[in-house]
Amino acid sequence: MGLVHGEEMVLNIGPQHPATHGVLRLQVRTDGEVVSQITPYMGYLHRCFEKHCENVTYEQVIPYTDRCDYLSSMSMNFGYVVAMERLMDIKVNERVEHIRVVMAELQRIASHLLCTGVFGLDLGAFTPFLWALRDRERILDLFEFTCGARLLYNYMWVGGLSHDIPVGFVESTFEFLDYFEPKIDELENILAHNKILVERSADIGVMPKDIAISYGVTGPNLRASGVKWDLRKNDSYSIYDRFEFDIPIGEGKKGTVGDCWDRFYVRILEMRESVKIIRQALASMPKDGDVHQSLPKKIRPPKGSVYARTETPRGDLGYYIESDGSPIPYRLKMRSPAFTALSVMDEIAAGWLLSDVLAILGSLDIVLGEIDR
Amino acid sequence: MTVDFIFEGLNQLFPSFAGNDIFLILAMLLPFAGLFGFITIYGFGVIYSELKVSSFIQDKTGPMGQGPGLHAGKWGLLQPVADGLKLFFKEDIIPASADKPLFILAPFLIFIGAFISIIAVPFGEKIIVADMNIGIFYVLGIGSLAVIAVILAGWSSNNKWALYGGMRSAAQIISYEIPAGISLVVVIMLTSSLSMQEIISYQAGGLFNWVIFDNPFMPIAFVIYFISALAETNRTPFDLPESESELVAGFVTEYSGARYALFFLSEYANMFVVSAVAATAFLGGWQSPFSDFLNTPIWSMFWMISKTFFLIFVMIWIRWTVPRLRVDQLMHVCWKVFIPIGLFNIFGVAIWTVLRG
Repeated sequence: MGLVHGEEMVLNIGPQHPATHGVLRLQVRTDGEVVSQITPYMGYLHRCFEKHCENVTYEQVIPYTDRCDYLSSMSMNFGYVVAMERLMDIKVNERVEHIRVVMAELQRIASHLLCTGVFGLDLGAFTPFLWALRDRERILDLFEFTCGARLLYNYMWVGGLSHDIPVGFVESTFEFLDYFEPKIDELENILAHNKILVERSADIGVMPKDIAISYGVTGPNLRASGVKWDLRKNDSYSIYDRFEFDIPIGEGKKGTVGDCWDRFYVRILEMRESVKIIRQALASMPKDGDVHQSLPKKIRPPKGSVYARTETPRGDLGYYIESDGSPIPYRLKMRSPAFTALSVMDEIAAGWLLSDVLAILGSLDIVLGEIDR
Repeated sequence: MTVDFIFEGLNQLFPSFAGNDIFLILAMLLPFAGLFGFITIYGFGVIYSELKVSSFIQDKTGPMGQGPGLHAGKWGLLQPVADGLKLFFKEDIIPASADKPLFILAPFLIFIGAFISIIAVPFGEKIIVADMNIGIFYVLGIGSLAVIAVILAGWSSNNKWALYGGMRSAAQIISYEIPAGISLVVVIMLTSSLSMQEIISYQAGGLFNWVIFDNPFMPIAFVIYFISALAETNRTPFDLPESESELVAGFVTEYSGARYALFFLSEYANMFVVSAVAATAFLGGWQSPFSDFLNTPIWSMFWMISKTFFLIFVMIWIRWTVPRLRVDQLMHVCWKVFIPIGLFNIFGVAIWTVLRG
């Protein structure tokens, strides 16, 4: 590759392009099929999330967090309420904590399903994508059962939840898990061990450990590079320290550690771990407890600031909240995992072929709603 | 041949006008009308089966007739008709910066290329539009016409995605013609004829006389031909020229409406041609698998069409199962795997034929 040089052409991938996962624009310099430079341009989905938050009350921020990473709204809610509860020093009861963990892990499965499916779609395999969406639908049905919404839930509130889980939710969730566990193997068989997919993703877009760390990449992308770092274990929040689960890391089974295949495979392994956590949380969930018990009548945190980070399906999500004692945040800053994942794009994807660039983009699992905010 | 056959028939039916020029023109036009009708029906059938087979694989229902009224018909049978009508009633858009004459020419060229290949496909001992003595050579030659159309489409659209698609397609189709040709050469060596009918009559006498079971080299040749045929028709895993997640829609990016429909149809027509050639060259063509049993002209059509449809079904099955290759891997498979094996195959079959006498 790269022995013969021709004239370079500038190609705009996006903002309307089927593989950019939203309205991202990648400006790539190509020499034939070989890509020499990639410049991501974003802002097409910028909705002034942080500025909006300075003008609405603390409760009203929650629906905005939903809309940041619209594929893992529960986890976005979770991060915000963890930060707020730390700022206001609220302790929620056991039942709420358990329900939150179940929801966040269900959301992680849903998000990883979409990611693995779309990664297959980026490589041209259409069927696994629909299989993944079929199973994701079941999770969305569970969410709809719980709070009436399928995408943007506004479910976790500061000090509690909007609703208790409905009667029969626990049984339905167990039923789903029993159905879903064999489906993970099915998805793994059709994608992860497919010869063509391995050829297309192993050794492609290798992200070494040091690059991942210096760019601030987190979540499955970091773990695929071989770093055992998961906030659920390393900086435990909520009740994650009570559950037994592993942190899967990339081992370079089909190629080098940190290649596209590892990033994709880590997500499949994480779905299995999430299933484990949900089973434990459902089993140990207390039968009674008011989910509105510690809900403050009026959210007016004391003067001060807080930074709390949680593990979303995409990685380390941080909320920095500065309070001046009024019911409206003085400043809210969000550290989004997909933003850092996108920033590493030029570093790991330059020099590969055009098809590989889109495979690498798919393996990073970015959501533009969260990048632009 | 069919034209002679119809001409003779008309002469006998109306002895007073025997030898009339109109009869000759009629005799030439009738097979084409029949063929055109066949392609139309085949198009609807194959699009419907693609929808239904993919739905089966993807765990969904596909087009279904729901409730009263004509909602895609019973079992969604009218879905291809609705799709076709939609495409033909769409606004015809030619981009301002496109090279207009070439842009208009390309879809016709690809459709003609796909359509006139079918005249050499035999459906029975007498049921063939043109029984050329170089039939298989003709089909391969006409098949290359598609490359020109695809490059024209890619170039004249004046769009970078289309250009990428066109260039990829040119490299791909030209490369894969070589393994496809090489694996057919093996058949020609065995049957010592280029004529489709003679290749088929070589395979008379039941399943085990088919070329694919003739000697141990033939299954290899069949697999190489079939995979190369997938590549030539731009089907997954070789759909790089129109890979929707990379190149938006490749060389058809700027096409819409009826012009797009022509590209779409010719892809399916090409699938038919390559499957029919594979069935002819390797699977006994219109011969019944049970020797003389069920080998009447009507049954011969049935055998030919069912063999072809089986191969088309396999193509659909592959399309909805596997991901797409990358450009360099595509070339690797062609030049470093198929061509060496194909050349070895020629060598092997030559020795086999000599030894067998």
